Amino acid sequence: MSERKATIASRVGLHARPASIFAAAVGELPIEVTIGLEADPVEDAMDASSILSLMSLGAANGAVVVLRAEGEGADEALEALVKILETDLDAE
Amino acid sequence: MQNFSGVGVSPGRIIGSVRQMPKPVSEPPVGERLSSSMTADEATASLRAASKVVQSELQGRAAAATGASKAVLEATALMAADPMLIKAAVKLIATGTSAERAIWESGASVAEMLHNLGGYMADRATDVLDVRARIVAELRGVPAPGIPQSTEPFILVAEDLAPADTATLDPAKVLALVTSGGGPQSHTAIIARALGLPAVVAAPGVDELVDGTEVYVDGAAGTVSVNPGADEQALVAAWLLAAETLAVFDGTGSTADGHLVPLLANVGGAVDAVKAAELGAQGVGLLRTEFCFLERDTEPTIDEQVVAYRGVFDAFPGKKVVVRTLDAGADKPLPFLTDTTEPNPSLGVRGYRTDLTTPGVLKRQLTAIATAAADSPAEVWVMAPMIATVDEAADFAAMCRVAGLKIPGVMVEVPSAALLADRILGEVDFVSLGTNDLTQYTMAADRQLGTLAALNSPWQPAVLHLIKLTVAGSIAQGKSKPVGVCGEAAADPVLAVVLVGLGVATLSMTARSLSAVGAVLKSVTLDEAKRLAELALSARNADEARTRVRAELPILEKLGL
Repeated sequence: MSERKATIASRVGLHARPASIFAAAVGELPIEVTIGLEADPVEDAMDASSILSLMSLGAANGAVVVLRAEGEGADEALEALVKILETDLDAE
Repeated sequence: MQNFSGVGVSPGRIIGSVRQMPKPVSEPPVGERLSSSMTADEATASLRAASKVVQSELQGRAAAATGASKAVLEATALMAADPMLIKAAVKLIATGTSAERAIWESGASVAEMLHNLGGYMADRATDVLDVRARIVAELRGVPAPGIPQSTEPFILVAEDLAPADTATLDPAKVLALVTSGGGPQSHTAIIARALGLPAVVAAPGVDELVDGTEVYVDGAAGTVSVNPGADEQALVAAWLLAAETLAVFDGTGSTADGHLVPLLANVGGAVDAVKAAELGAQGVGLLRTEFCFLERDTEPTIDEQVVAYRGVFDAFPGKKVVVRTLDAGADKPLPFLTDTTEPNPSLGVRGYRTDLTTPGVLKRQLTAIATAAADSPAEVWVMAPMIATVDEAADFAAMCRVAGLKIPGVMVEVPSAALLADRILGEVDFVSLGTNDLTQYTMAADRQLGTLAALNSPWQPAVLHLIKLTVAGSIAQGKSKPVGVCGEAAADPVLAVVLVGLGVATLSMTARSLSAVGAVLKSVTLDEAKRLAELALSARNADEARTRVRAELPILEKLGL
């Protein structure tokens, strides 16, 4: 199991456009990725390719989330996803 | 020949073929089971396939869209095949529920979850329900809800259009609008006038017209005729000829005897403003500032607002631009300002009242307007919507002074403001009548209800009396404080004559109506206008008022209005 933490950089938090971009990126990966708030137990982690899950997560600007994945290429995939979360997508 | 009769809300005559707006998708019955010929696996596969079809259609629309609506469509497309939505439905299918019912229930619980999160998420609940309806339509093999897609231009027939439909209405494809519901102030009417499309609303029976039927639509007379012949073709040709004379407004609104009535434009942003200036508008009588705020999760910054307002001001150097402060609430909710759970939003916290619940937004907006006005060549006036009391008018004027705005005014939309117009004009420098809301509140009739279309007419003598009373208030204040009209009433060339006769100083309308209003106004003297106003005031009802005045304006027939 690979695990990475990321701090949400988008001003509006992880919903709207930033959530769309992130969910679409996860959806293109061959592996399953989960996302959860840092403070939440592992079993509460949700499907990161689901925009509805991301929206219900309620991760605001500055919130720390944990991404988890298993399998080949998991480390590289998570690195790339962390970069997306730590970019202010709203500003672009 | 079969005929339908309704209310003409936007002039124009055209012949074309009908496309019905698909009916809203009905709820699959509670407890609907899989049909015996289908296994759960097959139903799951068809659900996944349907969700992919809906997703790619929404992606296609997102690709063609721009700005905020593009972002919303992209997110909605993702929802269509979202694992959370689909997995819950697949579980239900496994217990024997039909695919339609399964996605319906899954969509409902997701929407409820979003609704409970509040704010921006609550607004997205509507998108989930839209996606759900599209998937059910796809499963059933019926057309998706929303404006039909077609390569050929068509006449759109619907029960009524919602504000959201404007985003997907392509004026190059839609020739005219016909609705069985809605009233003269409905969104359909407003959309039609803004796009310059002929429109007939509240025409019962048109729902039965079959797709592809050829019809003739007269948006002035309010008639729809099936299988048009040579007579109708001649009427269309005559309209096209008249439309040419109506295409230009010379830039000076006046009666035949030279009484000046500046004709201004209602605009919702810089693009509108530039177009309005090209069409000869003598200024802006209503700048709707919601364009800065709508589809936003957070309040725009002062700097963002300054840029947006300046874009409008720059289009009218040396001319008047009346800025209406934020009018959120009721049919224009904003996540950071309004409470969408109010039982009666029209009578709730909307317009100026949002300053009570969310103080600061209005103050920052006034600062932004003042900053944009400071180095602008336009003459900037400011007014607040939904003012009900003299104290509110005084408080708003004080806020304007603090912000450095010199000419404060208020809108008269609530009957109480019309009744006390003289005292309100003691506090502010001008008033502007918002006839749509004034009519709705005077007649206690929801603007959107087709069944109440007759009540909801600005021709109602009671509404005209309130307008007269508002003008009387201005006269009592020494006439130096003008009364304008910026509602849909000003865009009706017949009613515009009555308004001028009642003493209204300026008329502000969608820019496309300037030429028609200008042409009809030039055909009467001020005394004639006053006489026609008396005819309307003394009429027994709205229909009689309109019929009486129309009969006295021969130019209407000539111009096909």
